[in-house]
Amino acid sequence: MRLAATDLAIGYGRERIGADLSLALGPDEIVCLLGPNGCGKTTLFKTLLGLLPRLDGALALDDTDIARMSRQDIARAIAYVPQAHAPPFPFEVLEVVLMGRTARIGTFAQPSARDRTIATEALAALGIADLAGRDYARLSGGQRQLVLIARALAQEAPLIVMDEPTASLDFGNRLSVLDRIASLARAGSGRGVILSTHDPDQALALQARVLAMSAGRMIAEGPAADVLTPARLSEIYGVPLTVERTASGRRVCLPAVQSSAATMT
Amino acid sequence: MTRFGLNGALSVGLVALAFGALLVGPFGLTPGQTVAALLGQAGDQAQIVVWNIRLPRVAGACLVGAALASAGASYQALFRNPLVSPDILGVSAGAGLGAVAGIFLSLPVALIQLSAFVGGLAAVALVMAVASAVRGADRVLTLVLTGVVIGALAGAATSLLKVLADPYDQLPAITFWLLGSLASVTSADILPALPAVALGLVPLVLLRWRINVLSMGDEEARALGIEAGRTRLLVIAAATLVTASVTAVAGVVGWVGLVIPHIARMLVGPGFGHLLPASALIGAGYLLLVDTAARTIAEIEVPLGILTAVIGAPVFVWLLASGRRGWT
Repeated sequence: MRLAATDLAIGYGRERIGADLSLALGPDEIVCLLGPNGCGKTTLFKTLLGLLPRLDGALALDDTDIARMSRQDIARAIAYVPQAHAPPFPFEVLEVVLMGRTARIGTFAQPSARDRTIATEALAALGIADLAGRDYARLSGGQRQLVLIARALAQEAPLIVMDEPTASLDFGNRLSVLDRIASLARAGSGRGVILSTHDPDQALALQARVLAMSAGRMIAEGPAADVLTPARLSEIYGVPLTVERTASGRRVCLPAVQSSAATMT
Repeated sequence: MTRFGLNGALSVGLVALAFGALLVGPFGLTPGQTVAALLGQAGDQAQIVVWNIRLPRVAGACLVGAALASAGASYQALFRNPLVSPDILGVSAGAGLGAVAGIFLSLPVALIQLSAFVGGLAAVALVMAVASAVRGADRVLTLVLTGVVIGALAGAATSLLKVLADPYDQLPAITFWLLGSLASVTSADILPALPAVALGLVPLVLLRWRINVLSMGDEEARALGIEAGRTRLLVIAAATLVTASVTAVAGVVGWVGLVIPHIARMLVGPGFGHLLPASALIGAGYLLLVDTAARTIAEIEVPLGILTAVIGAPVFVWLLASGRRGWT
């Protein structure tokens, strides 16, 4: 399964937020979408999922135009992991994960024993099988994010779109969620993951392909190590940035000049 | 206890409650006589009391309570808001206006019921039309607010009719109807409402899993594979049919659809497959108790709507104050 967007224009009604956006996502691939606040990342994701109509350009799954696919067919191909949220009702974690099976069961059907097995396995795959009976609304942000990723796994879609999966997490949870994402799309998994993040270090850690967006345009694309040069990073985020190597050989993004706050200490 | 077990226990409780309600009334009947009358083996008088007076009333209370609570559970899941009830979307106000117009025009009872039913559906249709014409805002919020607006408008029209109505003949009937009552209910009132309620419940039962998914929000439901707009419309139409059908029988009975689903959710959780039967059973039992009280606590009939408000409001305040996370 391959998702391909060509010269996509995105936005709401007459309000155009981005244009000339091209990207592709296939199996065994992790794509990181980087860009400042308000550059159109979420709008792009909603358009890729067919939740918003595209304003121009082409968007296809394999060779089928997404606009002509049913919600069910799209959901069987692409799973969506929204930012962790609180639902209005106290569903059990397993019930939330089972909702991922909706596109796989009939309109009037209930999840079967097999669906329950798949949902339980999805929880186990993310190391949170013990949460199955807990109230989803009472979980921590990191746990909820993992549950939503488990739901995407239960959906058995080859492609997964994640909107800032680490946004509201503490440092430890951020690393563990990132770790799980890396293993989801490991070579041979057949899965492709596209995620947005505010942290360019994550793209480096995931050795992802990077799409850099700014003001509704794609300004760079390629392997993280190639794209994330000091010049490019500074261009994306509008502040002087640099990339340094640690003693162990890892790359990290840092401010190019020490900020006044750092100098004072 | 499992959720199936709980719903089973609720069913048994409802049957016991219904039998108990058959025993209560000015004409003294022993349990033995009541059973005999139900089987058609009692004296004429007992037979008439049970079959023509008490049974229609008991059945009516169960039907109205079950229907309002089921519709309330559906609206709450659909609008992702535990404060929503059949009163929202203008259903009750529209049905009220329809019935009052019928009484004002001195229509026969059957036509008054039809008019109430049409009024309820028309109010919802109007709400949906106005809400879909408003663009760019939160769709659910728009729907709910439009419901409040249309409800207020229908309320104003109802007040106008009350002013114009004959104060000796029509006004008491209108007032009584707006307060809700089963005092004059007969099997001829209930039988036409039964298939309409059943028809409305069918999509709610069939779509029970999808209603769960819809309560995660439209966008997520669509991403999970549901044509959310179409499904939402179908569920609203079904819940409205259920509400309007029983409003046509019993008048405006508030609070049941708001409070009962909360209590059901505490017992069986938010999963709609269990929540719907639990709401229906508890709603039926609750209104049966209230209606039995309405016909026995005083010399005169106490209107149902007054009792449900007097009981419902403090219960709701307690629910608010207990502040349980997720409105369990």
